Amino acid sequence: MPDNGAICVRGTPVSPGLARGRLVFLEEASRGAERKQGSREEEAAALERAIAAARAELTTLMDRAMDSDAGMLLEFQVEMLGDPVVTAPAFEAIATGVRAERAWRDAMEIQVREYHDSDDLYFRARASDLRDMRDRVLRHLAGETPAPIVEGSIVVGSDLAPSRFLEIEWRGGGIALTQGSPNSHVAMLARSRGVPMLIELEHADLNGHSEALLDSENGVLVVSPDANAASEFESRRRVAELKRADEERFLHAPAVTASGERIQVLVNIANVKELEAIDPASCDGIGLVRTELLVGKAELHDEEKQYAAYRRILEWAQGRPVTIRTLDAGGDKPVPGYTVDGESNPFLGVRGVRLSLLHPMVLTTQLRALARAATIGPLKVMVPMVTVPRELEQVRLMLDAAVARLRNAGVECAMPELGMMVEVPAAALALDLFETDFVSVGSNDLIQYVTACSRDSAALAALQDPLQPAVMRLLHEVVKQANARRIPASLCGDMASDVRCISGLLDVGLRSLSVAPAALGRVKAAIARHRIAAGRG
Amino acid sequence: MSECESLAMRDEPRAAASAMLAHEGGLHARPAIKVVQLAKRYAAHVWIGTAANGPWIDAKSIARVMAMKTPNHTMLYFTATGGDADAAVKALAQLVSDEFRISPNDAG
Repeated sequence: MPDNGAICVRGTPVSPGLARGRLVFLEEASRGAERKQGSREEEAAALERAIAAARAELTTLMDRAMDSDAGMLLEFQVEMLGDPVVTAPAFEAIATGVRAERAWRDAMEIQVREYHDSDDLYFRARASDLRDMRDRVLRHLAGETPAPIVEGSIVVGSDLAPSRFLEIEWRGGGIALTQGSPNSHVAMLARSRGVPMLIELEHADLNGHSEALLDSENGVLVVSPDANAASEFESRRRVAELKRADEERFLHAPAVTASGERIQVLVNIANVKELEAIDPASCDGIGLVRTELLVGKAELHDEEKQYAAYRRILEWAQGRPVTIRTLDAGGDKPVPGYTVDGESNPFLGVRGVRLSLLHPMVLTTQLRALARAATIGPLKVMVPMVTVPRELEQVRLMLDAAVARLRNAGVECAMPELGMMVEVPAAALALDLFETDFVSVGSNDLIQYVTACSRDSAALAALQDPLQPAVMRLLHEVVKQANARRIPASLCGDMASDVRCISGLLDVGLRSLSVAPAALGRVKAAIARHRIAAGRG
Repeated sequence: MSECESLAMRDEPRAAASAMLAHEGGLHARPAIKVVQLAKRYAAHVWIGTAANGPWIDAKSIARVMAMKTPNHTMLYFTATGGDADAAVKALAQLVSDEFRISPNDAG
């Protein structure tokens, strides 16, 4: 794209978006050798002042760290700096004649090592917070203040400390790092603040360049762009900004079509942590909790752990409906020691409820945990891969038994609604035969079974067009059957998150969609654009 | 690394309380900060441990509490000596059993 003198450097996008601005190179950690060593008392006083200044700075930043994750990082550093266990070794070394910088580095090395060698990813991540804190104190000792970074800069460096991220006014700017990890705190911060970010940037000599375009959609940093590249980029950025502003506007309001119908828009989640990034008020509840990640091998028989997870999800929802799907292992989601190995065609094999019914103890554990969680809010339990009515009846009997036993034992519980996922054509075509409290279409599997195309085959992607007549007719049939029997119907597959499909889904009569959290804004915007023709749906 | 105080050697009366840790990932930075901040609100010496008879860790030191690397579903024991020892251990056990939902500023 660019020519005369422009450099394209590739990187891995970890936070999406487009940014254009002045290049700013991060200075490396303080060398801090210039200060003259004083007496032991002076060295101790200098370190004391540096620690106090660092704490004060971090405390100020804490007020700016609106989200709790960033605030926690800073609070951790503030607590560590105030802990004599951390600081005393440095002062002891100073008392023996060691220079303040050296004493502080050595004392911090003890703390860093405590975390750096840990097997636990979470603890290892704290090591970088401690280095950040160490360097902040060293900067104060050296009397250095990092040059302030002007608003809207493209910041380039090897890595960026989370506390440094918070000091910068990002508005319009971006980050490109030669190191970094997608799971680092700074990457999370960048995503939550909407700052485009690349990591693992290729090495290139960028000295002497002053302007750059950061394109985190294509994973490239364009340094010293020519006029054409810059203007093309500028128009892309404007379009993206308008689109984002538009979606943002819809995100926080209930979804209503152009013809005035209120549409329920729920989210799909796979683990509890995802909820931290979602505002409960931006959705009508949770339409699908996948429990395959929540219930790993260790939790298969652990009712307490499952209950704790379900409870947190229902508490998050604050009275909004939550649909939790029973374990849908098998197919492309093996659980070691639970799923059947070596099936020649796992998508057509023992999976979902078929597998659950082979492991009644595992299913009972999950149903007990769910019945206990049902006391907290409106809980719906959804059974995957149901083919014939008998399967759902068996699960209902097991749920009844689980609730009866909990009640006999005096354990607080409630009977949740029990419904089915509609993803097997046999169930979709005979829906009138099922005793179900609700249905939710799993469009991904339904499409693969209707079109006889394996979901994971890229070569067959064209045959799996979700909008083809066979799929839409079947969806229409399902909704018609459900409406005739006054059974709530929803759709929780990828189709619901695909804005190209929204009109079609509303036209076949669906009034409830469950989408990926990131798609909430754009799905609501697409709903608002669509006018449902009179007499349809 | 951890400071093991043999409280049995002391004659001072001590308060004790315990609660089951239920926090995904264990006693990591966020809950550890809450424990330490709450402990610091009391004049009493406060210790934390993972067994009823110690070893005991200073509950006012974030470095020491973090270094315990306590996994989830561990029983946490608190013990304290001094004027408000009873209130301290009660508040800390409450914080843990409430799964750290209350902020230390609201507690006690």
